[in-house]
Amino acid sequence: MKRAAQGLALLALATVPLWAGGSFYVNIMSQVLISAIFAAALDVLVGYAGLISLGHAGLFGVAAYGAAIALGAGIGHFGAIAIALVAALVVTAIFAVLALRTTGIGFIMITLALGQILWGLAYRWIDLTNGDNGLSAASRPAPFGLSLASADSFYFATLILFCIAIAAIAIFTRSPFGASLRGTRDQPRRMTALGYDVWAIRFFACLFSGFWSGVAGILFFYYNQFVSPHALALSASAEVLLMVIAGGSGTLLGPIVGAALVVAMKNVASAYIERWNFTLGAIFVLIVLFMPEGLVPGTARLLRRGSIALRRGAAPAENPR
Amino acid sequence: MNLWLILSVNSITLGGLLFLLSAGFSLIFGLMRIPNLTHGSFFMLGAYFGVSLVLWFHLDFWLAALIAAFLVAALGGVIERFVLRRLAGAEQAQVLVTLGLSFMIADLCLMEWSGDPISIDAPSALRGATPFFGIAFSTYRLAIIFIALVIAAGLWALLDRTRLGAMIRAGVDDPQMARVCGIRVAHLFTVVFCLGAGLAGFAGMIGAPILSVYPGLDADMLPLALVVVILGGTGSLLGSLLGSFVIGFLYNFGQALLPELAYFVLFLPMVLILVMRPQGLFGRRTL
Amino acid sequence: MAVKLGRRAFIAGAAATALPLPAIAQSAPIRIGLLTVKTGPLAEGGIQMEEGILTFLKEKNNVLAGRKVDFISADTGGSPAGAKTKAQELIERDKVDVILGPLAAFELLAISEYIEQQKTPLLSLAAAEDMTQRKPNPYFIRASATSAQAMHPLADYARKELKFNTVVTIVEDFAFGYEQMGGFQRVFEDEGGRVVKKLWPPLTAADYTPFIAQFGDVDGIVQGFAGSNPVKFMKQYADMGMKKPVIGGETAGDDALLKSFGDEAIGMINACPYTMDLANDSNRRFVANFTKDYGNIPGFYAAGLYINGMVVEAGLQKVGGTTGDKEAFVKALRSVSLTDTPRGPLHFDDHGNVVGNIYIRRIEKKDGKLVNRTIKTYEKVSQFWTYDEKWFLAQPVYSRDYPPLKS
Repeated sequence: MKRAAQGLALLALATVPLWAGGSFYVNIMSQVLISAIFAAALDVLVGYAGLISLGHAGLFGVAAYGAAIALGAGIGHFGAIAIALVAALVVTAIFAVLALRTTGIGFIMITLALGQILWGLAYRWIDLTNGDNGLSAASRPAPFGLSLASADSFYFATLILFCIAIAAIAIFTRSPFGASLRGTRDQPRRMTALGYDVWAIRFFACLFSGFWSGVAGILFFYYNQFVSPHALALSASAEVLLMVIAGGSGTLLGPIVGAALVVAMKNVASAYIERWNFTLGAIFVLIVLFMPEGLVPGTARLLRRGSIALRRGAAPAENPR
Repeated sequence: MNLWLILSVNSITLGGLLFLLSAGFSLIFGLMRIPNLTHGSFFMLGAYFGVSLVLWFHLDFWLAALIAAFLVAALGGVIERFVLRRLAGAEQAQVLVTLGLSFMIADLCLMEWSGDPISIDAPSALRGATPFFGIAFSTYRLAIIFIALVIAAGLWALLDRTRLGAMIRAGVDDPQMARVCGIRVAHLFTVVFCLGAGLAGFAGMIGAPILSVYPGLDADMLPLALVVVILGGTGSLLGSLLGSFVIGFLYNFGQALLPELAYFVLFLPMVLILVMRPQGLFGRRTL
Repeated sequence: MAVKLGRRAFIAGAAATALPLPAIAQSAPIRIGLLTVKTGPLAEGGIQMEEGILTFLKEKNNVLAGRKVDFISADTGGSPAGAKTKAQELIERDKVDVILGPLAAFELLAISEYIEQQKTPLLSLAAAEDMTQRKPNPYFIRASATSAQAMHPLADYARKELKFNTVVTIVEDFAFGYEQMGGFQRVFEDEGGRVVKKLWPPLTAADYTPFIAQFGDVDGIVQGFAGSNPVKFMKQYADMGMKKPVIGGETAGDDALLKSFGDEAIGMINACPYTMDLANDSNRRFVANFTKDYGNIPGFYAAGLYINGMVVEAGLQKVGGTTGDKEAFVKALRSVSLTDTPRGPLHFDDHGNVVGNIYIRRIEKKDGKLVNRTIKTYEKVSQFWTYDEKWFLAQPVYSRDYPPLKS
């Protein structure tokens, strides 16, 4: 049943250019996938490690700027991408070393502060980043000679990376390492007593999360062919965090659904609803009131209840969650 | 020499305003462990209510400030009772809902008051300047120091000398035991959230003659509140007070002497403190 | 209060009157898209932009050069990525013939290459200098001003009429700020003055006191704050008991902002491409209609969009109403020359930037309200001021460190 649903979803995604209704919507789908990769990467920390980060846009932005600056220095696309990923990993390592000194609200605040520092650097280090005028890319990379200039071709490249990213994150979280990561989330002291190096587990999870955030950042840069300090703003970090929580942290599908929700509201619904910002806030509040664990787990819970009720014909016992 | 004097005095006055802003956040987080990301919105809403009462209804400044505080406190109570109460311990849901509420409040303010900034004068008794070592300082700004100290003393008296305060302190130290002792913690939470929100609303109105009121005020003030509370230590009134003044000094001297670092002159020290002492300067609990 | 127009409702209304009859090709509506910001801190200017163009379209009964107008407004949210997405929406989904906006320079820079690729003419108020200088875009037309266009004459006025010898400049720490003050400094120092200090508070600074405290003893203060910051700045400046005269750029004394100031703004001299007290027919009409519909007085943003509408109409008339040939349409737009607009006469230079009047105004109190009173008009001001164009373009763009301070 689940396999069939997944296969159907994949089929739908693979054929987007056929049914989306024009290049504008294909581009929206690309944005959804890029945000989904970013949200899934953040979810590794938020959902599986129990560490809420409010500075992830900094990592995303470092990769985007890394690619932009390398391109500007004359390095070709693939070199630029490599440099961007390395930069993202280095900065993530620094973030992690500083932020993992605490957990909980301390972690949130350090990541917020580090994100703000990176944002400030993007604004002020004009010689490097061109300040708020931003940096642009004249062209997109052409892997194996295939041009990514059109909306459709870029979408397919994004889709491939999206599948790889989600598969990697799925493997990561379902592995024994993933289990130990969840252990550090739920019972850090017990894990230490059992001999696990909690710090190292979290550190590695940060690197993994930072890497895929960087991938999303590079895609973002090539999609817009432009990057500016806005990409690292606090609002950007808050937005991706909201995607994760609204969709349902600790699940694979949750961040994807959350990303689709926010991107759709910002870019599509905003054409029809003038007060879309208010509506988005209201949706978040409603999600918390009725499905506080997130859209995906909440829907699953309702479906389960519904199917139990259908089978039993009577009201089921209260779900302890 | 003049510059140093001006910066020092302004540091203290800014510290006073920051204390008013962050005391509420510190209380809420200290007792309820809720990162109330709606706090900036409460500040802005209090400012909008207050200036509207003064400009449209011609109320006295102080009366308007109190009414504004009361209105925001009432809103806070509603939010706590109907939304936050069911989210005890669910940190992520609290983040989501407080951010969602801040979006809603910001957009409602935009709809109601439009995008134009609104400025008001200080209450007439406090207008003008007071000379101090040969330099004229804005009387109103000096008054803010006084207001902040009065509020701080009032809060301290509340926490240290009243039954309610004792219950709050018990709840901060150990909520489970507090419940066992018969303290109706849920009721307490609502009271504290109202108090925190009301303080923020009051602060917004007090700050309005200096900062004016405009869309985006909430986003400008929230990081400052966070920085003060984290630096000073959550749940500690003394920490908020001293943290506010530290941030006031960092802000003034940092901006003036290190313009290159102006964008992160507040965040760098915050990172350093958090890395070395995660519970903040005066916090009692490890975070 | 502002007339709130649901975007779809407007189109439905416009479309209902614009159903193309198959036999008559000319009655196909012309589609005009607006990229503006209606949420967040930039909303003040963004809402005014929309009100300005709506005032123009209403006056024309929604018909330009014999064609009905389909007007589509898009909210970019004030971010470059949002601007890109909404530009794509307008061009690829809504198939607009011309785009007005966006508001901010960073939004414009994010979409510049895209609109060039798509060959869609764009008229923006965004002031980024290089868009019409060192990195020109042939599809871009700017009827408002570059960042420095109003600051050059302001500097001249400060030297010649106000007789300032030394000034301090203060403006937000971003490109619009650098470009404004760079322009001021160049002209001011070329005429013998000296800029003693340049201060750049961060965009998010709540309190400008640490900067005001550094002003020192100069003849005047030059500020270029934008959005709601001029209100904050003037308040905080007065609070510190500072008495030196303050002069400002086009956003610092905007007519629409005047109602938010207190008496501390009286006496501030500012330079702007638009002034509400310009006494010509189109401005009288514009101000009257705008005030009637929206209850506020129009400022630079609203007037800018109204004027953009006039330019689009004039361009359309030149190509006989057909916008199929995009290159011809852009050429026509750039060759527009008008004499009766709310900002006075205007035409465009070879780079698509406007050549027009800059008004020096002083804020005064009249009938209990603050108003701008024009005290001098500089005519035919181009983006290059009196400098030779080739020389100007050979210099680096104005930035934080250029021109360097003479120490």
